[in-house]
Amino acid sequence: MSDKSHDPNQMTGAAMIVRALIDHGVTDIFGYPGGAVLPIYDEIFQQSQVQHILVRHEQGAGHAAEGYARSTGKPGVALVTSGPGATNMVTPLTDALMDSIPLVCISGQVPTHLIGNDAFQECDTVGITRPCTKHNWLVRDVNDLAKVLHEAFYVATSGRPGPVLVDVPKDVQFATGTYHPPRKSDVHRSYAPRLKGDAAQIRKAVSLLANAKRPVIYSGGGVINSGLEATKLLRELVEVTGFPITSTLMGLGAYPASGKNWLGMLGMHGTYEANMTMHDCDVMLCVGARFDDRITGRVDAFSPGSKKIHIDIDPSSINKNIRVDVPIIGDCGNVLGDILQVFKAEAKKPDIRSWWQQIAQWRARNSLYYKKSNDVILPQHAIQALFEQTRGKDTYITTEVGQHQMWAAQFYGFEEPHRWMTSGGLGTMGYGLPAAVGVQVAHPDSLVIDIAGDASVQMTMQEMSTAVQYELPIKIFILNNQYMGMVRQWQQLLHGNRLSHSYSEALPDFVKLAEAYGAVGLQVHKPADLDGAIKEMISVKRPVLFDCRVAALENCFPMIPSGKAHNEMLLPEQANDEATAKAFAGGKALV
Amino acid sequence: MNQPASAYFIEDRHDPNETHTLAVLVQNEPGVLARVIGLFSGRGYNIESLTVSETEAQKHLSRITIVTTGTPMVIAQIKNQLDRMIPVYQVVDMTQTKRSIERELAMVKVRGQGEHRVEALRLADAFRARVIDATTESFVFEITGNTDKINQFIDLMRPLGLVEVSRTGVAAIGRGPEGM
Repeated sequence: MSDKSHDPNQMTGAAMIVRALIDHGVTDIFGYPGGAVLPIYDEIFQQSQVQHILVRHEQGAGHAAEGYARSTGKPGVALVTSGPGATNMVTPLTDALMDSIPLVCISGQVPTHLIGNDAFQECDTVGITRPCTKHNWLVRDVNDLAKVLHEAFYVATSGRPGPVLVDVPKDVQFATGTYHPPRKSDVHRSYAPRLKGDAAQIRKAVSLLANAKRPVIYSGGGVINSGLEATKLLRELVEVTGFPITSTLMGLGAYPASGKNWLGMLGMHGTYEANMTMHDCDVMLCVGARFDDRITGRVDAFSPGSKKIHIDIDPSSINKNIRVDVPIIGDCGNVLGDILQVFKAEAKKPDIRSWWQQIAQWRARNSLYYKKSNDVILPQHAIQALFEQTRGKDTYITTEVGQHQMWAAQFYGFEEPHRWMTSGGLGTMGYGLPAAVGVQVAHPDSLVIDIAGDASVQMTMQEMSTAVQYELPIKIFILNNQYMGMVRQWQQLLHGNRLSHSYSEALPDFVKLAEAYGAVGLQVHKPADLDGAIKEMISVKRPVLFDCRVAALENCFPMIPSGKAHNEMLLPEQANDEATAKAFAGGKALV
Repeated sequence: MNQPASAYFIEDRHDPNETHTLAVLVQNEPGVLARVIGLFSGRGYNIESLTVSETEAQKHLSRITIVTTGTPMVIAQIKNQLDRMIPVYQVVDMTQTKRSIERELAMVKVRGQGEHRVEALRLADAFRARVIDATTESFVFEITGNTDKINQFIDLMRPLGLVEVSRTGVAAIGRGPEGM
């Protein structure tokens, strides 16, 4: 009988998990202990290569891991226990699936012989998380664990990135087996994402681009996921072609907001010039975006006269909502590189001066206009002030979901990718604060700001305690209008101004709340005090809750009303009661 | 078109529905069928028929045959959504290849006496159904064929004392020497 006790690859399942994390270069994980993960926590305790951040709720661990991933391009890792630990991860997993964020969640499970017995803290974790992960695994044999963990990291980060979950029963964590480092054969042979675009399709695309009279580039989160090279190539393509460029919410920062070809964000709360350019263009190049319903407006009136080129790594994104003329399946970076190469070799910069003149006219409508006040802080002004004060600094922005999120997207100028963390697809209120925790863990010396709303921020407020414990100096910049602003806006527009349950009564005193957590609270009411208060917030090297009291009834414009097309936007100066009523008329809209 | 009050764009889609038979080759592992079925229910696709069995035990390969209906855009989505699942090797649209054979097996229990019994046996013979169980007052027929043929046989058995039917669902394979 051979003596395996000296084989360094013989170890317990719990030790394998920590070892696999180290082998995949993981330095920080977010988690919460419980009965079914205690062996793993015991291993974590006895090493120092992987830092564990203790959150206050598993949802916080998931969003923190998302923030970590989005701001670094590396996978985020969360560790949770069975039962409620796993069910609390459903929201962040779904969020990461919608926004294609690489996330590896390891969950504990009751021992294998108890599975199916309704044991204490048992739930069907792989069943519950099947539709909200890219893939998931239940590991029943410790000798499968290494392979599954390595595959999990590969699946999460390759192709279209996404969340994965590995469910490990407690007896498998205790059992001893053989570990092996990552190897190619760990991955399903059936999984092979296509990275290289088809050459013939790329030629077709270049020919369309080279002959375009009214082109537009519409980029999305896929460019950022593809990596810094894709961002560089996108910028080069804009430079070489001279085309105007807009982006989705998820794609902000891939092209700099200060760039001369930048039209601003498109879609429901995008700029007038971005949406009009999309509507009237003759050639559209969509790079790593998915024609989401917040982007397209009315589908049958979406950019009716254009030839559409769509680059996406996921074939199921093609022709899902909008039929395109030239689909190119592949990694954005790869395909952009090929397009650039062919374009530079065979095509000239088309003359689109008259198109730019048209765009200038749309731009002159100044669709982000708002009226400043000396008495009350306008939320748009607060974002602009924050942007001015942080310009040139090493800053990361996260958001919650609602009006403040749209204002942040409209008024904060992003110059680089990976600087903007927001819940785009799922629209998860409560995302921003824990995401900021994750970003700050990844970038300890940077300025990390969560632009928040008073309603959203209360959904995951408990993570302030995490920030204080780990001395993470995140800044929670709350645009406090005492409403669920976006809900109220829709109620005003579509439900006869009946503000059903959208008013935040009994708001906490955010300054005292900050102090109770051991953080710093600041409050500002007057426009004149805003800049000074923001300066103070930035200079404090501790977590800050910044209660920025803003105009309560301000709404977010411009806006594509529901059921309308890109060229039927409601602009801020038109948004009086009568025009609003007309724009939303039809059906029971304004009974 | 009048829009009801909604934060979503609600549209009527008028493209006609088509019926397609898809052959899906998957890694036979726990949960793989749940993934496929969950995809259909989660995204609101239809399953008209579903047949699944391991086909290559040594390679742990299973073949799932799904009959589904939808507009051409939805059918294309279904194929892409299936194809991007991690344990899915290949998705072949047997209807689109126009070179496939589809078969289904049904066991049909009929109870009756006298003229009904004779007539049932006569029809079974015409449909090349075999008797696989018999009592003095019943038959179980085994019939193989495409879905239409089986539907037709069952309809004919109904007035003759149809008791119950067990069907396998559709299995499909391509014509000619090539595999999928």
